[in-house]
Amino acid sequence: MKITKIEALEKIANRIRMDIITEIYYAKSGHPGGSLSIADILAVLYFNEMNINEKMPENELRDRLVLSKGHASAALYAALAEKGYFSKEELLTFRNINSNLQGHPDMTKVKGVDMSTGSLGQGLSVANGMALASKMDSMGYRVYCILGDGELDEGQVWEAAMTASKFKLDNLCAIVDCNGLQLTGNTDEIKGLNIEDIEHKFRSFGFNTITINGNDIFSIINAFGVADMTKDKPSVILAKTVKGKGISFMEKDVNWHGKAPNDVEYKKALDELVERDKEIDKRMEGNN
Amino acid sequence: MSMIATRESFGRALEELGAENDKVVVLDADLFNSTKTEYFKEKFPERFINLGIAEADMIGTAAGLSTCGKIPYATTFAAFATGRVYDQIRTSIAYPKLNVKICATHAGITVGEDGATHQMLEDINLMRGLPNMVVISTADDVETKWAVKEIAKYNGPVYLRLSRYKVPIIYDNETKFEIGKGIQIGDGKDATVFATGVTVEEALKAKEISSTEGIDIRVVDIHTIKPIDKELIIKCAKETKKLISVEDHNIIGGLGSAISEVLTDNYPKKLVRMGIEDTFGRSGRAEDLMKYYGIDSNAIIEEIK
Repeated sequence: MKITKIEALEKIANRIRMDIITEIYYAKSGHPGGSLSIADILAVLYFNEMNINEKMPENELRDRLVLSKGHASAALYAALAEKGYFSKEELLTFRNINSNLQGHPDMTKVKGVDMSTGSLGQGLSVANGMALASKMDSMGYRVYCILGDGELDEGQVWEAAMTASKFKLDNLCAIVDCNGLQLTGNTDEIKGLNIEDIEHKFRSFGFNTITINGNDIFSIINAFGVADMTKDKPSVILAKTVKGKGISFMEKDVNWHGKAPNDVEYKKALDELVERDKEIDKRMEGNN
Repeated sequence: MSMIATRESFGRALEELGAENDKVVVLDADLFNSTKTEYFKEKFPERFINLGIAEADMIGTAAGLSTCGKIPYATTFAAFATGRVYDQIRTSIAYPKLNVKICATHAGITVGEDGATHQMLEDINLMRGLPNMVVISTADDVETKWAVKEIAKYNGPVYLRLSRYKVPIIYDNETKFEIGKGIQIGDGKDATVFATGVTVEEALKAKEISSTEGIDIRVVDIHTIKPIDKELIIKCAKETKKLISVEDHNIIGGLGSAISEVLTDNYPKKLVRMGIEDTFGRSGRAEDLMKYYGIDSNAIIEEIK
């Protein structure tokens, strides 16, 4: 069986989705919608793009990731466990008392978490600081920052966007998870943010902008490739995604922003993801 | 007598520290000629970052730099270094216990003419309420220069409160300071006056004048408000008749409150809390404002009697 990189990454993204839904099911709380939408981005970052070694989580030369939309913690933990930073059994403790896997990521508790986040709007400034340190010391590491599209309501994001541009942080790549929904509704209706408008804003702030289908592995790989090659300006990937991606009854439904599935819903969700895994396998057989 | 504001001492000490420690980076929100980080900027432009009038961004950037081994000193006026960015400090610095030094000049009513918006009277309250945060407020040139360098050796978040009001030099260069240890000046038994920052000098003036009237007090400089020197507070409560605290800060949540907490838990005794009586400031000359709000040496003398 010939495993192409794309399909291997698709399988990883699918496993991340299974773990997301399992974490949230066991915790009986969490944020499935915005976690599922970034599963493909995380799969590419951790298994293709970032220069990291799970055996050396403190290595000062490593690439960094700031999950500015910290409520997608379940997705980050799933990716870290998949990569081997900690065991998958630990995922079942998500959000429990005594667990390291806090509701929002805590860098002091979990290996591989580069920044504690949870209060929206702060991550891009932090990523800038990391990117500046990399440049000051000519360390060469890159910094990635995942933001939500709803998060762009926060003014600090735009303060940070000016800074990234002013200091020509070409070692910085922001990714906006443009799923079009935030807690109480549509990002466009709430504060006038749609993907075209977001792209215009970042471009006018001096970013290299790359708009892609953020649930398509091939597009994500290429987008990072373009960002890596860009000089003298920061890049932002406007990743058009589907909130709740991969689980039919959660997709594009704002009600799945912050609630856990019940027993029946959990089983149905897993069944769908198992089916998806089989489909990828079949495609791989077909490629043979 | 030479008079020097602690912001000036801070700027000079930072310049020296820059030469001693290449991990130190300085961030400023477009006030470097007022916060006196300009001296560092001139010597070490490659380690100086002006974020513009964007304090929230400055705090976040400092946090990011610290995760990569830098020792960031983030500076602006106290009003904008705390209240404006409370949540950024809370989430991005205090919670992950990052090695960021928030150095705030222009604290208190002694800012003077700029008035209430720029006279930060709630910053000690905000910062000492944060887990993991060390809170330091210095009284003169010698103490400030010590603090600026000492906090670089401590791995964790620090809030350093500084003033634009010029004060005389209180300490000689041989004075031993330690984070978390107050400094007792004199051993009078009639009263203890606990002070911090600009009010230390006012308390010392009150001590001198009252001694001519046969009243013998001691002054305790609480330069570290968190963690506070419990032993010294309890000792003074046992040894002196009267306890007074005086601060250029709201009487709610500042030095007086911190001392009250120690007394309540360990040695219940009345404390007279002098400070700004839960109100906003106003424009005026610093000296006039200290008199108006009752935190100058005359007000302290009245309270001692």
